[in-house]
Amino acid sequence: MADEATSTTPSRPEAPAGRPSGPGGRPGGPGGPGGPGGRKFFRRKKVCKFCTEKIDAISYRDVRLLQGFVAERGKIVPRRLTGVCTTHQRRLSKAIKQARNIALLPFAARF
Amino acid sequence: MQRFYEVMFIVRPDVADEDVDKLIAGLEQTVTSGGGAIRSTEKLGKRKLAYMVRRFNDGNYVLLTIDADGVLIAELERRLRVSEPVIKFITVRMDEEEKRLAKVRAIRATKKKVSAIPVESAPPAEPAPATPAPTAAATEAATQASA
Repeated sequence: MADEATSTTPSRPEAPAGRPSGPGGRPGGPGGPGGPGGRKFFRRKKVCKFCTEKIDAISYRDVRLLQGFVAERGKIVPRRLTGVCTTHQRRLSKAIKQARNIALLPFAARF
Repeated sequence: MQRFYEVMFIVRPDVADEDVDKLIAGLEQTVTSGGGAIRSTEKLGKRKLAYMVRRFNDGNYVLLTIDADGVLIAELERRLRVSEPVIKFITVRMDEEEKRLAKVRAIRATKKKVSAIPVESAPPAEPAPATPAPTAAATEAATQASA
């Protein structure tokens, strides 16, 4: 306790040293089902919407499709939450940014 | 080398329809006189903008799909930048995308043909999917394994 009061740096290495054993120790838990990023493990396997529905072209023009992948504040939702595969996430991201440029989607919403 | 582009621009909402048509006609003229070809012109109508652009909350969207080369596109963009009623524009190059889509559709077409063969004749159904077009079967297996 006294050590912590005098200098924070010695206590610092302890905290992160404790952390790596966490995600390193249980990679099979939350890491298995695709990493929900929270405490819950075993969220059901999310599939990529574009792969299953065979949607090839993700255009910046179909706002309705893009809005499903944009959060309330206008931020792009990470793929660990939506279950989109990497190639489609990259295309989706590009399309969302193009749509933002042409004022079809907001940059930051809900002031 | 003609490339395929999509140009979308927003016209001010307080501009009359005929002026919008005049503007579009002027741009089309620029394209054709520059050696390009216009595939289509689409007026998407008045839409609410996601954020305020030049103190406007809605705008008239117009989409032009053209075949042009880079020099012509630069000229077109210069015109859009200079023209007063246009408040925003974006040019997207679509020819690579089109090539990719065509390739995907071609692969899909060949896959469908392979699956169509067994329908005609039942007994050769088992060897038929295995023997023809090993690449198509390989892609099928790959997609089935991934799905």
